[in-house]
Amino acid sequence: MIRIPALRFGKQYTSLDKAVLVHHVTGDPVAEVSQVTGSQISRDLGQMDAARALLSEIPIADILAMYKKAADYFVNATLPCGDTELDFEGYVRNLSATTGSPMVFCRRNALKVHYVLGNIEEVIGGLTRGLDHEALDKGYTTHGGRMQAFFPTTNVFGAVLPSNSPGVHSLWVPTIAFKMPLLLKPGREEPWTPYRVLQAFIKAGIPPQVLGFLPTDHSGSADILRLCGRSMAFGDDRSMAPYRNDHRVEIHGTGYSKILFGEDKADAWEQHLDMMVESIAANGGRACVNASAVWTPKHGDAIAHGISKRFATMSPRPWDHPDCEISGFAKPEVAEAINNMIDEQLKTPGARDITQEVRGTPRLVKEGRIAYLLPTVIRCDSPEHPLANKEFLFPYASVIECPQDDMLSRIGYSLAASVLTEDAGFVANAMACSHIERLNIGPLPTNRLTWDQPHEGNLFTHLYKQRALSQARFAGSGARS
Amino acid sequence: MTSSKYAPIDYFSPAQWFNPAEALESKVKRAREQLDAHVRDIVKWHFSPETGCEFWLEKAKSYSFNPVTDVKGADDLHLFGTFEDDWLRGGPISRWVPKGFAGKPVYVFETGGTTGLPKSRMVIDDFRIDYEMMSETLPDASFPKGSNWLMLGPSGPRRLRLAIEHLAQHRGGVCFCVDLDPRWVVRLIKARNIEQANLYKEHAIDQALTVLAGGHDIKCMFTTPKLLASFDEALRAGRLEEKYRSLGKKIPPGGLKSIKAAGIVGIFSGGTEFTPQFTREAYEEMLDEGEVYMTPTYGNTLMGLACSRPIGPHDGFKITYYAPQPRAMIEVVEPKDYTVKVPYGETGRVLLTTLTREFFVPRFPERDEGEREAPYERYPWDGVSGVRPFSELAGSTVVGVY
Repeated sequence: MIRIPALRFGKQYTSLDKAVLVHHVTGDPVAEVSQVTGSQISRDLGQMDAARALLSEIPIADILAMYKKAADYFVNATLPCGDTELDFEGYVRNLSATTGSPMVFCRRNALKVHYVLGNIEEVIGGLTRGLDHEALDKGYTTHGGRMQAFFPTTNVFGAVLPSNSPGVHSLWVPTIAFKMPLLLKPGREEPWTPYRVLQAFIKAGIPPQVLGFLPTDHSGSADILRLCGRSMAFGDDRSMAPYRNDHRVEIHGTGYSKILFGEDKADAWEQHLDMMVESIAANGGRACVNASAVWTPKHGDAIAHGISKRFATMSPRPWDHPDCEISGFAKPEVAEAINNMIDEQLKTPGARDITQEVRGTPRLVKEGRIAYLLPTVIRCDSPEHPLANKEFLFPYASVIECPQDDMLSRIGYSLAASVLTEDAGFVANAMACSHIERLNIGPLPTNRLTWDQPHEGNLFTHLYKQRALSQARFAGSGARS
Repeated sequence: MTSSKYAPIDYFSPAQWFNPAEALESKVKRAREQLDAHVRDIVKWHFSPETGCEFWLEKAKSYSFNPVTDVKGADDLHLFGTFEDDWLRGGPISRWVPKGFAGKPVYVFETGGTTGLPKSRMVIDDFRIDYEMMSETLPDASFPKGSNWLMLGPSGPRRLRLAIEHLAQHRGGVCFCVDLDPRWVVRLIKARNIEQANLYKEHAIDQALTVLAGGHDIKCMFTTPKLLASFDEALRAGRLEEKYRSLGKKIPPGGLKSIKAAGIVGIFSGGTEFTPQFTREAYEEMLDEGEVYMTPTYGNTLMGLACSRPIGPHDGFKITYYAPQPRAMIEVVEPKDYTVKVPYGETGRVLLTTLTREFFVPRFPERDEGEREAPYERYPWDGVSGVRPFSELAGSTVVGVY
């Protein structure tokens, strides 16, 4: 069993309170992770002014070079992991073992993290809209004769992370490039990626005093969100509700991402079947950018059957199988609860589980200690049905018929939406739609991201605010640079 | 042995066990004999018509045994079954007052009561006796005689507020208190109004800082684990220094950003669960590696208070409590059969028994579980370690709110 300590900004800390992580298939202990308390987090945060000063002294060019090195170390080096060391394959295997996400998904998501580390200039260029890097050293720059000045909104960035989707780690990775100390609260079952990225950073030369890896409980997580000047948190609508109006917390919750057919493209739905299947089911369907609904003016039944036929071919495979398409639930009771919720809501007239009709077998599959939920398409007669606007931790989508003219006003919040149309009016309306954050025009899967455009929040504008800055010379003093 | 103004049947000086020359075996035997004799005395008191209280005299009518003649020692207490704390809800409180104390001024201390009726316990002198006995176990270097105290804990109809004040007075000091209503905090937490709950906590801490800034030369304090952490957080954030500045007072050299720097040398703590990790954190990070002495306690309004073995890195910050026997007794029993004690080191439910002339509580199943601990030189009877909410009840109650 691997013993993973907390990293308290330069100090390894082995706690008396430990969370034991088990293999989702065998139940064997895989790791024990030291837990810290909210008051320890509070105490550590007292050092953040000094940590930020330390990071500020490192030229941005050097930090970017360290990112390149860290990217290499992340995939190619054997890095410390508590009381042992892991190579990339060992890391992926452990990540899969404790989260239940198949190794093939874990590897794919880890490579996203690697991409961000290795292409940090592209990423921060996208987040800052091309701001000259010297602004990160000096606090200002001039562009086209215009002053561009910024000030930090905090002295530390806290991230309360989930266990269910390793790809999310790409979101906080740029923090150090913005010269901001970083506090990570890993998801209970996923200490692996945050710990490995921090070890790659440290090996690349980032001072450990600016890096915190602080596993804690719900109360400690709340303390992080309360005490950090800026933070991000992942969770469902209920757990994130207290932070809905807290501008210091960037919420990553349910995405309610969607595929929207225009009148002009609905007849050709079969051409977009691959795109729909990928949008809904890629990476186990657990990301906020996975589509959870398909809206179309017509052919709703045919679309639901078409996707269902593809989904019916997907079946659980062992977690280390290279062609795995479905994630297991390490906690089978979670799968059962989701399954029961869907069955309960199907009792409301106006919805049918088309996949189950096509497949002929139940949605819930139990194998040993774990459970699976097979990909599911629900055909809803109206957008008001309780299953029409739902998002679950497995490939799930509703299919809803709705006139094009009403569609954008009825879809509700959509983190990502792919609009299939060449109708200029519909495109213009989609561009103006305030419910949609990331907008794809054309047959682009909802889950495909571009790193130079943040899809949910913007880390730079979260950590920095633009300021007006003027400078004047004192009489008798030399010119200012 | 410390002299006491209380009768020998009420006061049992802990100093009687401090003699290192007496073997543990001898102490265990002596403690057991003392307990059995005390059980006989207390049962006789509560079940004699001239001294007992209405509740127990009435209850005795339903027994198939005669408490006065059949209960010969602690092993016979099982005859009473288990005590149901619901018996303490509602009045009249007078039914609990022993006739032997008729006419004496009576306090009532409450526990619970956020919704519905609280549990009420009548008290005359027990809280003073319990805390005077406990006082004998406190090291004078860390709780200097004559020092003033800060009570950063619950106020209102609770034993703690008066008990800590009495402890301070008993040791020659004065106790400064804060206003803190835990029932309001429980309501806020049940309503998921965490923001208001935090504000209320801040309000309590602010009162404590104001007391400290007042120049009362406070050296000792009582607080709960959560308030201790918040108090430390506030000090480290410089809030006591802010208070000083706002009052136009000079900040002493070395500042006021830690509990030690604020002049506190001893902390008596309890009221909610103590984990070894919290204790370690307090010792290492709040109390300057144990330079400020902290002694955890375990107790409740029904029992009194149990003392802990000295805490520290020497035993992994394990916390082991011992009841103030023979006035109270802790047993660690099988959750399915309270008549069976678990083996030493094994986990069981905590069963409390209170044996004073004011109050008799035979075999009350606490909301806690823990591991049974062997007798120890200073407390030669069973103890309990690792106390935490009983797993079969955990989650059904809001605990540790202040």
